[in-house]
Amino acid sequence: MAHISVKVDGTAYEDEVEPRLLLVHYLRDRLGLTGTPVGCDTSSCGACTVELDGASVKSCSVLAVQADGGEVTTVQGLARDGEWTPLQRAFHEQHALQCGYCTPGMIMAARDLLRENPDPDADEVREALEGNMCRCTGYQNIVRAVLAAAAASEEVTA
Amino acid sequence: MIPPAFDYARPTSLDEALRVLADGGEDAKVLAGGQSLLPLLRLRLAFPELVVDVGRVPGLRGVREDGDTLVIGAMTTHHEVVRDPLVRRHAGLLAAVTRTVADPAVRHRGTFGGSLAHADPAADLPAAVLAMDGELVVAGPGGRRTVPAREFFVNYLETVLEPDELLVEVRVPKADGWGFHYEKFHRVAQSYAIVGVAALVRRDNGRIAEARVGLVNMGATPLRATAAERALAGCDDTQAVARAAQSAAEGTQPPRDTSGSSEYRAHLAQVLTRRAVLTAAGMG
Repeated sequence: MAHISVKVDGTAYEDEVEPRLLLVHYLRDRLGLTGTPVGCDTSSCGACTVELDGASVKSCSVLAVQADGGEVTTVQGLARDGEWTPLQRAFHEQHALQCGYCTPGMIMAARDLLRENPDPDADEVREALEGNMCRCTGYQNIVRAVLAAAAASEEVTA
Repeated sequence: MIPPAFDYARPTSLDEALRVLADGGEDAKVLAGGQSLLPLLRLRLAFPELVVDVGRVPGLRGVREDGDTLVIGAMTTHHEVVRDPLVRRHAGLLAAVTRTVADPAVRHRGTFGGSLAHADPAADLPAAVLAMDGELVVAGPGGRRTVPAREFFVNYLETVLEPDELLVEVRVPKADGWGFHYEKFHRVAQSYAIVGVAALVRRDNGRIAEARVGLVNMGATPLRATAAERALAGCDDTQAVARAAQSAAEGTQPPRDTSGSSEYRAHLAQVLTRRAVLTAAGMG
């Protein structure tokens, strides 16, 4: 067993884990943070995307021990006092989900894009989400939501 | 899918890493960014007894200049390579190729050296480093050795790296003044290339003075299209380039799988070489 200390969604955890434990299983099975789903399990679909030390990662392709000393943000750590972020609101308002399985990963990947490029065009959104699959929506509303969130954030800062 | 059990070491210096690798022998596996290794472990295609995580070994990350050479640390992530100003200025081909690797989340974790040491002939970077005439610097118990990319790749997923050695950095000659382009042919955004062609072209008086062409997924290792390179020298128009590109698959043994037959890949290599060279030469 290996000892890890990791901060997840603002809470510090100390744990003993098997080295082979994947970050996504640590989040779900040990911490009960089931907002991050396991999708394809082959690093293709992006459903399990979280943020590790400020950058998006596929948590099925990171060992929990690799996150030792790090800071993880999951989709469950985004809202403040029950208040959704503009990105989360935009996914709701633009109907960017049907079954919702890909949504946590989509939001975490889109968040990564907007941090680097606050004013993307539709092509840039599609490229940024190339590692995230949605089998319901055809992506149209997801792209629309990310663009709407970008526009909303601009209004806030303007 | 849960990986098989393994012991885990996380050395904090290069010396310690080399010691741990020497002790682990054949049953040890290096973990860099994990974007190739973890999928292999999850699918239980690899069963290392010891995983040596070099993620906390200092000095393996970053890009620096050494005269006419660019030195890229093995643990530099794809994300960092794409954005690095030195890479963009002196080795634009590497930035262009790396931008096509997988997707943003994978590029945050995956490393330049990890992709080369993994040596998948369908991966983008090995052929690009080969086209750039790069050299790989390997540390081992006896010190360091420098291996030209032409000698580094031995077979499918196999390099000259010994179990007690670690790839520490990659040296590529600055390609200032060379045109470059990468043609990656794949059906799905983040999938491997069915065939990829990385081209570097130096022009002189409107003619191609020298062309270097790296081939992705045209054999058990990344390859150079040497016959096409010879034929491209001196070409001064698009038709001449198209003729020269017809020898792009010469001497290759492309694989066949559900994405295409060997013949199909040979055809792709010719077409993609023509496109990549024309764009790199500014003749497209």
